[in-house]
Amino acid sequence: MTDLFVVPLLQIVVVLNAVLVAVTYMVLLERKIIAWVQSRLGPMRVGPHGILQPIADALKLLLKEDITPIRADRWIFTLAPIISLVPALIAFAVIPFGGEATLFGHRVPLYIANVNVGLLYIVSITSIGVYGIILAGYSSNSKYPLLASLRASAQLISYEVAVTLMLVSVIVTTRTLSLVGIVEGQMRQHIWYVFIQPVAAVVLFIGGLAETNRTPFDLAEAEQELTGGFHTEYSGMRFAMFFLAEYANMIVVSAVMTTLFFGGWLSPFPNVAAAHFLWYIPGWIWFLLKTFVLLYVFIWIRATLPRYRYDQLMRLGWKVLIPVALVNLVVSAIVRVFL
Amino acid sequence: MALFDTDELVLNMGPQHPSTHGVLRVVLRLDGERVVGSDVVIGYLHRGIEKLCEHRDYLQIVLLTDRMDYVSAATSNLGYCETVEKLMQIEVPPRARYIRTILAELQRIASHNLWLGTHAMDIGAMTVFLYNFRERELVLDLFEDYCGARLTYNAVRIGGLPLDIPAGWDQKVRAYCDLFESKIPEYEELLTHNRIWKERTQKIGVISAEDAIALGLSGPLLRGSGVPRDVRKDEPYAAYADFDFDVPIGTLGDTYDRYLVRVEEFRQSLRIIRQAIDGLPEGPILGKVPRLIKPPAGETYHAIESPKGEIGFFIASDGKSITPYRFRVRPPSFCNLQALPRLIKGHLVADVVALIGSIDIVVGEVDR
Amino acid sequence: MSFWVGDWTLITSRERLIELARRLRDDRDTAFDFCSDVTAVDWLARAERFDVVYCLYSTRHRHRVRLKVRAADGVSVPSVTALWPAANWLEREVFDLFGVRFDGHPDLRRILMPDEWQGHPQRKDYPLEGPGELLMENPLDWLKLRNEIE
Repeated sequence: MTDLFVVPLLQIVVVLNAVLVAVTYMVLLERKIIAWVQSRLGPMRVGPHGILQPIADALKLLLKEDITPIRADRWIFTLAPIISLVPALIAFAVIPFGGEATLFGHRVPLYIANVNVGLLYIVSITSIGVYGIILAGYSSNSKYPLLASLRASAQLISYEVAVTLMLVSVIVTTRTLSLVGIVEGQMRQHIWYVFIQPVAAVVLFIGGLAETNRTPFDLAEAEQELTGGFHTEYSGMRFAMFFLAEYANMIVVSAVMTTLFFGGWLSPFPNVAAAHFLWYIPGWIWFLLKTFVLLYVFIWIRATLPRYRYDQLMRLGWKVLIPVALVNLVVSAIVRVFL
Repeated sequence: MALFDTDELVLNMGPQHPSTHGVLRVVLRLDGERVVGSDVVIGYLHRGIEKLCEHRDYLQIVLLTDRMDYVSAATSNLGYCETVEKLMQIEVPPRARYIRTILAELQRIASHNLWLGTHAMDIGAMTVFLYNFRERELVLDLFEDYCGARLTYNAVRIGGLPLDIPAGWDQKVRAYCDLFESKIPEYEELLTHNRIWKERTQKIGVISAEDAIALGLSGPLLRGSGVPRDVRKDEPYAAYADFDFDVPIGTLGDTYDRYLVRVEEFRQSLRIIRQAIDGLPEGPILGKVPRLIKPPAGETYHAIESPKGEIGFFIASDGKSITPYRFRVRPPSFCNLQALPRLIKGHLVADVVALIGSIDIVVGEVDR
Repeated sequence: MSFWVGDWTLITSRERLIELARRLRDDRDTAFDFCSDVTAVDWLARAERFDVVYCLYSTRHRHRVRLKVRAADGVSVPSVTALWPAANWLEREVFDLFGVRFDGHPDLRRILMPDEWQGHPQRKDYPLEGPGELLMENPLDWLKLRNEIE
């Protein structure tokens, strides 16, 4: 009874809250890191070093007037931010934050569900988020969001192909779709899959940048071109939901990358005797640390690179990434069969 | 018959838009994201400065010229004062001419800083924007030391300058030159060899040398197309004839060339400033100027090189009043903006933003 | 033709403007290929009150000249946009602010002032004070109102 209902419910509550807090603090982290890159201080006013800034932002967005344009398609306009936020959050269900931990005498797994098609679940769930963007652009009944949603749909569909192909070649290596299984596989083989599938890791990261609409692929919300893109007409809490969804997606991508390529919750250097003290650090800390490093790279890229143009982005997707993914798949399969 | 029934989309870019640099409005006719036609609507910031100047005396106008190209106010001051000096045949002492040159070149750097920052921002490179503003701040500090103002300087007088440079200012300018020279590679590292930056700017908005001349482009736009025309070189004013500097030109006339030209102009400006500081002559800073400025009847046109291009002043005096009978500015932004519909045709919406940035307009000057 | 404070000025008639401009542009010794500026001066007392001024420059010889044409109110001047495309907006501005029409201009609309503006502000007889925003609301109403007060 407890194991069937209470523990998962508690897990859900904990993870959901942790993710929401993490997302709001991601915003602060991003602002701080970008500020440091640009030799500024970033938010400093609310709390020491601006530590309470996300709370102030959240309050502001909650209290803001929520405007629905008169000509907007009211229902879809309200639905769109929900469609984009919910998948981003439920994707965390299968992400293993750690192995098993003992809590009050219970052995609790540090993941909500160990689904045997976990990777497939992630791919399909995150694809739903795109509909949020497309519907937001369509329902705003305004030109800039419309252009943005066209861009977003083209971009996401083409990068989805590359990403999914790459995942297939990863699966050829891992022989399982379960995320927990993938981490355990890396534990058994004593190697992170990033060393077996380096090309896949790079392409997946680029694809992840594109799918989360991050610089240099943030065409769908290109502020300088489309005045905010698909969320031009949104304000208040509904805007905040898009905002949360974007950052939640970033965390999902980083977490999945960590799980697939960087050994999930495993501590590094398991076979180096001198590094055995690293084992005393709990697995979930390793997981969070690795995820954080990837998130940092996301932000770092944003501070450095200009934005691609729409046609160049499509060219990169179809002419570079998809062929690379196909070749990688074939090579992985050959290696798998013959070696 | 077409396979699909498609329609053109009319998109109003501006006057409220983050990348139109003020209140410019561009009406785009789009086929998908491709621009098939456009119309540029200006005038949202028209304050009637020309009309106003016809009702102010010659000294008061210096103040109004600040408000035209507000990111390079000293250049407008200089252009106006030189025009009046030409009209009245006033000799300007060499020290004043040297300091004017330093001010104009510092102003060019500040203006190009602002341009590079916003241009890079339009293409999505956020960090370059703040790096540029960091260095622009130093120029503004120098101006503040010199005349107390940071944006609208009112720094030049007819016949010379209102103030001599404060003690130690020349050392500060030297220190600034050294510092800034070490910062230019920071921008170039982020942009010049960046693949995305190149893909976004190369072969975008190409304009040939003949077309550029015919369209009346001036400044970095014209030089980017490979025409070595610089008023500082061709019709030297202030003290430019005494200095040694190069006029950088581009080859293709695309956005990337215009970017390279402007970055090189940073270095040339530093070269001029250093020479001017080193050779700064002693002497008075104000020439023989009559108490009442009342030019003889006649008219003249005088052009100088502003950071944006050729800024010309046409002043007609009737010889009777202390106000100009006709005051006219040839605003470089206005004339350069004219090429926009031509440049953006056939490009994508994202390029429109890049090209508006590449022209380097200040709407205060376009609309006056 | 005149010379003053280092500037050459040519005065011509409206009929001969295009012919002269073409010669200035195409002749190898003049080669005025760059049209710096087009503007106008309103000499209110004169019968042909407007001077339309073309400031020309040669990128080859690096010299300048000013070309002047006189025009009375309501008389149009031939457009030089065919010779120098640069004159397009500049002529529009002269039309907007002075009310001088240009024959053969491809797109003679107001440029700085709103399309529905009444009058041409740079003329010397244009009042400095005005109704301000009211004029934008309904120009005809305001004109009527002003006439009644006067």
